[in-house]
Amino acid sequence: MALPTYASPLERAWHYAYLAICVLVFIFLIAPILVIVPLSFNAEPYFTYTEKMLSFDPEGYSLRWYDSLLTTGMQAHEAVRDAAWWSDLWHNADWVKAAKNSVIIGFWATILSTVLGTLAALGLARPEMPWRRTIMAILISPMIVPIIIVATGMFFFYSNPCAIVGMDCGRLTSTYTGVILAHAALGIPFVIITVTATMSGFDQSLIRASASLGANPRRTFFKVVMPLILPGVISGGLFAFVTSFDEVVAVLFIAGPDQQTIPREMWSGIREQISPAILAVATILVIISISLLTTVEILRRRSERLRGVAAH
Amino acid sequence: MSDVASQLTTADGRPLKAALASAQARAKRRAFFLVLPLLLFILISFAVPIGQMLQRSVYNDQFSKSVPALTEWFAENPKGTAPDEAAFAALASDLVLMKETRAAGDAGTRINYVVSGTRSMFTKAARGADKLEPPYMAAMLELDEDWDDPLVWNAMRSAASPWTFDFYTIAFDLERDADGKLTKVDENQRIYFRLFIKTFLIAGVITAICLVLAFPIAHLLATLPMAKANLLMILVLLPFWTSLLVRTTSWIVLLQGQGVINDIFVALGILGDDGRLQMIYNQTGTIIAMVHILLPFMVLPLYSVMRVIPVSYTRAARSLGATSWTTFRRIYLPQTIPGIGAGVLLVFILAVGYYITPALVGGADGQLFSNMVQFHMTKANWSMAAALATMLLVGVLVLYWLYDRLIGIDKLKLG
Repeated sequence: MALPTYASPLERAWHYAYLAICVLVFIFLIAPILVIVPLSFNAEPYFTYTEKMLSFDPEGYSLRWYDSLLTTGMQAHEAVRDAAWWSDLWHNADWVKAAKNSVIIGFWATILSTVLGTLAALGLARPEMPWRRTIMAILISPMIVPIIIVATGMFFFYSNPCAIVGMDCGRLTSTYTGVILAHAALGIPFVIITVTATMSGFDQSLIRASASLGANPRRTFFKVVMPLILPGVISGGLFAFVTSFDEVVAVLFIAGPDQQTIPREMWSGIREQISPAILAVATILVIISISLLTTVEILRRRSERLRGVAAH
Repeated sequence: MSDVASQLTTADGRPLKAALASAQARAKRRAFFLVLPLLLFILISFAVPIGQMLQRSVYNDQFSKSVPALTEWFAENPKGTAPDEAAFAALASDLVLMKETRAAGDAGTRINYVVSGTRSMFTKAARGADKLEPPYMAAMLELDEDWDDPLVWNAMRSAASPWTFDFYTIAFDLERDADGKLTKVDENQRIYFRLFIKTFLIAGVITAICLVLAFPIAHLLATLPMAKANLLMILVLLPFWTSLLVRTTSWIVLLQGQGVINDIFVALGILGDDGRLQMIYNQTGTIIAMVHILLPFMVLPLYSVMRVIPVSYTRAARSLGATSWTTFRRIYLPQTIPGIGAGVLLVFILAVGYYITPALVGGADGQLFSNMVQFHMTKANWSMAAALATMLLVGVLVLYWLYDRLIGIDKLKLG
């Protein structure tokens, strides 16, 4: 945004002040995320830059917190790092267990919410859809309703889900199924929003064209609709995965000791004994979010190109 | 006209009108069946649990299930009857029952919500209940002289039915006096409704700060050429994609007493080493961290509205002699109102129900209403937690309804 030539000195001054404000806000947004990255390599158990770190002395840096991520919870972390050590790590290390749980829960929650969410978004995009507004409001509500209310409700309901029909069929709390169902519900709004946004630019006459050329509805879906909305579906799925991967409150209420996820471990880490190991996890998560963001951006551009939305 | 319409038929002889109606109904059903699985899933795994929890706010059988004799006495004697010997006999027999079923603590807790300090009366009385002798009234009063307190009897009458509004009374910082009239509780005991108001105020402050910070950068992003704007957009989206706990941790690292910001201030000589600011584990910490977390939700709707505002309008205003301030105030700002509305409502809704960040960095005075719900959950005060949760939910749903009316749910976009 260039300054017009007729700008008065006051306007010039204001323009530069405005740019400076923008720079400050961008720093506010991004600096907190970047500041923890070097700190995770701190050789000392502090949360601040030591003099050695500031003078770029290699002794000020170490990988000890990353190492502690691997070894915490192992039975014999001092042992020689042979096959048995790695097997111990895989089965017993707290953070490795948490990472496995996060991936398992995130994966199934994503599959569930993406499949159901995409089907629903296809229905919602049809012009004939009855009660669209109300249904849309219900489907988006998991994003709006405060998480503590959702978690409290699920805690009671999942401890005996059949109670509402007056039966007893075991509990869903402290099970993977319970956490996956909860996370799927929380991820659905993101799938709906992303896929309906993709569908809004979708040319419905393509479906009729395909049908008139002799394709049955299934073939039309897989050959015409699916390729066009796929970028949106994948973005929605990634959103749902991140929602699950970052979710802690439902896990606090519903999960048992066997379903501890990465955010759950971080939560107790921050509340109890905050150590730079948390920063090491945070750094890894930042790298994951950068790669997810890149993927989504690439998909968004691809989707815009496919749908012929003109880039400005 | 209608005659012609009714005469038209399809190839197989059906009236066109009927054929069209059935085709449309079929299309409607098809669309609905696509949505149905998800709708059922959300209703069962999300809406039913919440509804079931809300029921607990008006249903509590902790007391009513262990007082069959008292319930009978309350049914026979209208409200306002002073407890007589028969009433105390009923109470004594129920206390014996409570001792057998070990329910005195539960029952006492239920009355204790309404009249504080009464839980121990029940546990104490139940302990020696089987040794109580007639006249029961005198015997009970000897145990504790508060046993003929009309407040306790009013509370017991109300709690003898499992359906109750007592928990809402408490949540609104009200209590019933001896005549059963609602009055405000003492100034220093008004915690719930006061926190409710405070939560909305803090959410308002956070929303206002977000708007002030988001407006210039959304404007910059909207006016820059697309390639540059996309690059800068990454700076907005990266926090959006970064784990909440990571961002909260970052703020702890930055703001704590021995943290990065205090270190910088000390190194620059702005603060003495003993004058380090306490910026975290209090309300300031909650506000700073939440502004950072919610800022992208303000930038994105603002940006999407600003991007389509034509530059020619402001240029026209300038060419007609308006100053840059007038142009902004009269021409540009009004066109951004839809974006401001969407961003403000969304950030406000999300801020009101926030839990994680206040719990981690809020300390004592930075807690929000959600944290109070959680507090009562951990104390197993289910009904109290449910009543508070209902209050919060109603507040949020009103805002959500407003959002849908003013902006429309289908306008919600992410990135």
